[in-house]
Order: sequence, then structure tokens, then C-alpha cells
Amino acid sequence: MPLTTPTSPHVRMPDSVTAIMLRVVVALIPGIVAYIWFFGWGVAINLSLAVVTALTSEAAMLAIRNRPVKPFLMDGSALVTGFLLGLTLPPLTPWWIPVVGTAFAIIIAKQLFGGLGYNPFNPAMVGYAMLLISFPRQMTMWMEPLALNQYQPGFTDVWNYAFHGTFAGNTGIDALTMATPLDTLKTQLRLNHSVNEVMASNPLFGSLGGKGWEWVNIGFLLGGLWLLYRKIISWHIPTAMLAAMTVMAAVFYIASPQTYGSPLFHLVSGASMLGAFFIATDPVTASTTNRGRLLYGAGIGILVYIIRTWGGYPDGVAFAVLLMNMVVPTIDYYTQPRVFGHKD
Amino acid sequence: MEVAVPGGGGNRGELRVTEQQYWTFRGGIHPPQHKHESTTRPVQTALLPRRLILPLQQHIGEPAKPVVELGEHVLRGQLIARASDFVSAPIHASSSGTVVDIGNHPIPHPSGLSAPSIVIETDGQDRWIERRPITNYTELNASALRNTIREAGIVGLGGAGFPTFIKLNPGPDRIIDTLILNGVECEPYITCDDMLLRERPEEIIAGSFIMRHALQARHCVIAIEDNKPEAYEIIRPLAEAHGIEVAMVPTKYPQGSEKQLIQVITGKEVPSNGLPVHMGVVVHNVATAVAVYRAIQHGEPLTSRYVTVVGSGVSRPGNLDVHLGTPMQDLISQCGGTPESVQRLIMGGPMMGFALHSTEVPVIKTTNCIIAADRDDMLQTHQPVMPCIRCGACVDVCPVNLLPQQLYWYSRAKDMDKIQEYNLFDCIECGCCAYVCPSNIPLVQYYRFAKSEIWDREREREKSNHARDRFEFRKQRLEREKTEKAARHQQKKAQLKRGTQDESGTDKNAEQETTIDATDRIRDKNATTDDAR
Repeated sequence: MPLTTPTSPHVRMPDSVTAIMLRVVVALIPGIVAYIWFFGWGVAINLSLAVVTALTSEAAMLAIRNRPVKPFLMDGSALVTGFLLGLTLPPLTPWWIPVVGTAFAIIIAKQLFGGLGYNPFNPAMVGYAMLLISFPRQMTMWMEPLALNQYQPGFTDVWNYAFHGTFAGNTGIDALTMATPLDTLKTQLRLNHSVNEVMASNPLFGSLGGKGWEWVNIGFLLGGLWLLYRKIISWHIPTAMLAAMTVMAAVFYIASPQTYGSPLFHLVSGASMLGAFFIATDPVTASTTNRGRLLYGAGIGILVYIIRTWGGYPDGVAFAVLLMNMVVPTIDYYTQPRVFGHKD
Repeated sequence: MEVAVPGGGGNRGELRVTEQQYWTFRGGIHPPQHKHESTTRPVQTALLPRRLILPLQQHIGEPAKPVVELGEHVLRGQLIARASDFVSAPIHASSSGTVVDIGNHPIPHPSGLSAPSIVIETDGQDRWIERRPITNYTELNASALRNTIREAGIVGLGGAGFPTFIKLNPGPDRIIDTLILNGVECEPYITCDDMLLRERPEEIIAGSFIMRHALQARHCVIAIEDNKPEAYEIIRPLAEAHGIEVAMVPTKYPQGSEKQLIQVITGKEVPSNGLPVHMGVVVHNVATAVAVYRAIQHGEPLTSRYVTVVGSGVSRPGNLDVHLGTPMQDLISQCGGTPESVQRLIMGGPMMGFALHSTEVPVIKTTNCIIAADRDDMLQTHQPVMPCIRCGACVDVCPVNLLPQQLYWYSRAKDMDKIQEYNLFDCIECGCCAYVCPSNIPLVQYYRFAKSEIWDREREREKSNHARDRFEFRKQRLEREKTEKAARHQQKKAQLKRGTQDESGTDKNAEQETTIDATDRIRDKNATTDDAR
């Protein structure tokens, strides 16, 4: 009988892309739970729509491109993109927002570039940026945390809004929505209010950052730490990004505490933790050398602070990530490690 | 046993400042060890096969040249093929019997091809030639010692098979600080060095003294991993009694790789284009030390070695003392397996070993382990290869600090300039990157492809350079000959003219001139024919 003769190594670590992606989804759970707890069922509807659209578009594109559908669909990368995009959307939003955004992310940003491993830009962030630019009204109608409103929309209310655009009862949608804490702080500061005034007068703000938001961020931080522990991600990117944000915020906060948010406020607001542990760490679009990862993370942190503080958008994670995606090849080229036995 | 300590005990060298202080190397992996499977029973002597197949090339370098005739009766240890070049090694009969064939036979090689081998039909006597032990090797000079080691056919037994005498020759004016005896055995499954350390520690130490004498090495360190506590307990008291340090370092693959081990023991990196000897370090395998001891103090050439036989295809895995040339199927049978049911046969370890095409290939000098699998659950099963997701797991484990995913990328793109810029040739093919790759990409295969592609191009370039040089040279020579001929002609003519004027014999002169022309023509023609040849 002829022997099989594969090449070395003849043993492999029992790991796979699927296992990695599934662990990322598991790590998202604490953040998702906090998000739903504070902002209601709309989050769950967004996630479901985004995930279904992601898997459907992925399957369709694989079929069109004559690629094996099953192994690539099972790799879990589309699932993660769906989850991440779903998490960036306002909790109350028409059904087509997650659908259009996710389809754009998978079809244009991922599959047209060659699918898994070949996309230069983070697909979820491309989808988010497209939605934000094309549908600014829907994308900036953020809910205030449920605890702040005497009217508590139930699952059916959110469902009806998402699919029929109607809200039961005499409460209009505007009664439920308002700008995010990050946005509020920025607009109020521009009206020459001091940080203390804004935070004291507005019930949106909690003890650390925005009410609810701080817990969502802590949830994603916990999941992120678990990913670090399981060695799914390396510490370089999250640490560099959060450190850079902290340093930026600290410099301005120390210089003028009444006109700039504190470092802690920035760390637990918006998409800071989701961005640091789940979005910036997307392996395909991030830098791959360790020194490069530090630069890449720091670049995102600095850009996030700049866009949040002086830019025109409520949060800066998506644009910061996309801008840094562009320079990844350059970073990687100039941060090659010193090879064993070579001088510097 | 008589041993003499070369170099004295006290003076510390530059490299080894503190004993028992070790470093580590970057990257590396911790695959499941599977060591206990083959260490439960003592080493057994392999049965003498009916036929021994001895390939002429069992080492790095030129194949040996046969010195026996068909039908000749040979004794164990008798020279049957001599070293054909400086980098080469002689082959000896590994048992007594009759030479029945000199021809192509399947050899253990990744290609599965056959190569010239000498086949001996054994007579069952296993009679040795007259052995001439060297009782006091310290009286020999290093050169004579190396020559004896060379004539014993000893090559690196750790798996590489580089002729040992060359690595025992540091060259004049070079001081060797440390001799490292490599008993690390970092690959899973392999335990032949472990068993050697347990069962023949005195021989390892005796071998180390001979090696130190040849090298005039100041220090000697025996390196083993901490997954061999039994071996450590046995070798340590003996070694320390003779002023040899035993380094037990934390298990991590590929610690047994020469440059990585040097870093672990000395904390220094061997330069990319340099050799350990340039830093005053020489590394030999522990089994090589034993072979050197047997060759010097017993007068026995290399005719047998320890081989680990393991895998799901054998029911009684273990280590065997094997006559070189024994077909692997005999070892499988002896260890309770059926050669016919083996599906995969690996020579070496699962990380760097290669798959063989037949169970009939013989054990050679570099065979440290064979893994016979009769089903796929033991070794890597077929998993779909996915695209690279740039996760960087390969970067984290690369012991050489390369960027494996970039090398993969450029290898796929066949961008051979770029791939060399990313230091492809520093890759030691340890397989750590492929081991951890979640996308199951056979990375090492891509690097081997790129390396051979680059070598091919180099050869082509050299060939065309050589052809151009030859053409240029020929043109120059023809040119020169033409001018020389013209000058000679001119000279003769002038001479003749002078003669004519003196003797006024014109006819004769004309005749002579014609003869000169004809001789020149013949000379030209011969030159052209030479060129054509």
C-alpha cells in the first residue's frame, strides 16, 4: 500500500479560524448584555438583522465568486462583522439600516477585495462609515438609557419602530432619543458651558462617563481581557490605543479641566473599549509586527481623541481605524523585527 | 576508564561566566511530548536482518565510493566505501556477510528516489574485523585523532549528518571556549538520546573528553531539557565529578537547534552568516560523542545506533540498538507492528522529520526515530487550508524573529527579491509557524519552494556567467594566438630573407615558408578541436 507523504510539520495545534472567531463572539457577550440592559431590545434586533444579512451576503458572494460556500461561511468572520456592525448602530433604527450597512460591509469592503484575509479595510467600519455619511439622521438618533425615561419601550414597541416606523401610544420617537454623552459634551462645550456644568445639569452623565455607556464599556473591557487571556489578541494594540487616548485626554484635561473631558470619561464613553479590543484588533486589517501594532494602536487612540474633540462626528473610532488601515503596509515595512543573528 | 581533563579546570572563559546561568530564545512552541511511550523499557538490540542495505550517502557531502566487489565476504566494521571528498564519510559493513548487490535501492529521502547502495547478506555471525583501540588518545595530536574519527565514518547523529571530524577542527589560532553536548532532543516522540543518557552516561563523558582534546575546549556543557529528569539524575553526578556542567533547561521546541541552543547556554547569538566556531562554541550531539568514544577507545567504526520506534502502528514502542542498513519494516515488526498496515512512516520527529515512501528503506546514520502510524488520529489529519488572516501567531512563535506571513505572501507571489529582503535564508524550517497557523497553511513548504527556486536561479545565473566567461576567454585567446602567429610568421620570414640574401637559395626558402604556414594551420586546427571538446 502506498504511504501518504505530506510535508513537515506532521502535527498541528488544534486551532482554526472558526475557533478564533467564535471566541471573539463569546467575548462580546458581557458588553452586549449591558448594552441590551441599558438600551433595550433594539440592540438585539440590530444584531440579529446584521448577522443574518452578513451570513446571507457572504454566502451569496461566495457562490457568485465560485468559492466553496460552506468552509468560508463556517469560518465565522462574517458572523463577527455582523456582530461588530450591529453593535455600532443606534438602538432605535429602521430595519434597513443594519441590512444596508452589513451588506455593504460584506459585499463591497470584504468580498470584492477577495474575501477573508484580503480586505485592506475593516469591513464593519466601512459599513458604519457609509451609513453615517449617507444616513446621518438615522445614525445619530441615539436613545437615552432606559432608566432615564419614564416611558419604557417594550420589545413590540421597538419591533414596530424598526419594521413599520411607528411607535405605539402618543409618545413620539423624539421623546426617546437624544444625542450621546460624547456628542452632548461636545455641543455644550461649544456653547461655552464648562464640563462640570454640563455633567451636573444633564442626567445623561453618570459617575464615570455617560450613564449606561460606562457599563457597556466595562462589559467590552471584560470580554477584551478574556481575549487577551486566551491569547486570541495580543496586548499591543488595545494597550497602545487606550494609552494614547489617555495621554491625549490627560494633556488637555490638565491644561483646561473645564473645557475638556477627563481621561476616564473618554475611556468609558462611546466605542472606546469595543474599538480597542474588538475593532482595532481585527487581524486582517491591523499591523502584524509588534512594534507596528504599538504604532497602529497609538495612531488610532490619537485620532479617536482628535475626531471626538474637534471633529464633526459623535465618535471617532470608525474613521480612526479606517485611516490607520491605510498606513498599515507602511508601518509593517518600517517596523520589521531584527532577525536572529542580524545586527540592527 | 581513563580520562584526562584537557585545558585544566579552573580558568573561566569569556562565554561561560557563571555556571548554571542560562538564557532562552524567542518564540518556540510546546507541542505534546509523547516521550513516555518509548521510555518505559530499556533499549533492546534489534534483530540482525537477513539483508543490510547501506546507501553510499548517509551524510551531508559527497557520496562514498565502493571499495568492495560483488560476492566479497566482509566483516563487521570493514570499510566497504571510502570517503570521496573532504566533505564526505566512509561507510562500513554493519555486520558480517557477503556483498550481494551494489546498485540503486530506495533510501530514506523525502523524494522517495533510489540511490546507490551496497547490500550485504548477513551470515548471522556478526563477526568484527580486528579492532585496534587507541589506549591513550592524549598522546595523539588533534589531527591524528580527527583522522581516526573520520575513518570511523562518524557524522552528526542528531539528524543532520555533517561529518564530525570537520566540526572537531576549529582551525589554527582559534580558541574554543565551550563544547556543548546536545542532549536536548526537543522534538516530540524522539527518546534515543534520552535513553543513551540513561544507559551509557560514562561513554558520553568519555566521548566528550576525546572531543575536548581534539578541540582543546576549555569548558564542556551537556544540555538537556527538563522533560528528562531521569537522565539528568543519572548524568549529573558523573559529569560533575569530571568538571562537566549539566544544563537542564525548560522544555521548548526548537531548543535543540544549534544556534538556539548556543543562545540558551551562552546568551549570545551566532551571526546570520557566521558559524558557532567563530564564537568559540562547538555543538555535538551526545550520540556522536558516544560514537567517537567507541571509535577511539574500542576501535569500532560507526555500524549501529539507537533508534526510537514509536507510533500508533507499533504496539510495543521503544528504543532499539540497530545495525545500520536494517530495513525499517524489520524494526516495525520487532516492535509489534505490521509493516503492511502502516499508512504513514516518518523518519525523524513530527516537526522536522519527513514522510517516507516505503517501509523497506533502511536505517541510516541520521535515523534517530521512526514514527509509524496506522491511522490518521495520531498525526495531522487533513484539514482545509484557509486564507491567511494575518493573525500573527506565526510571528510570535518564530525562533528566528522572521515575519512568516510576509514570507508566505512573497513566496506565493514568487517575488524572490522581496522574500530575500525578508531574510528567507535565515529560516531554519523548524515548522513552528505552520504548527500554530489557524488557517492550516503549509508554510514551511512555501519556504522550501522559494529557497529551491532561488537556488535554481543562482545556478542558472552562474552557468550563464561561466559560459560568458569562457566565451570571452576563448575570444581573447584566439586573438592572442592570431597576433602571436603573425609575429612568428613575420620573424621567420625575416630570418629567411636574411638567409636568402646570404646563401641565395630562393627555392629552398619558399619551400620552408610553405612548411611553416602548414604547421601553423595544423596548430590552429588542433586548438579549435580542443575548444569543441
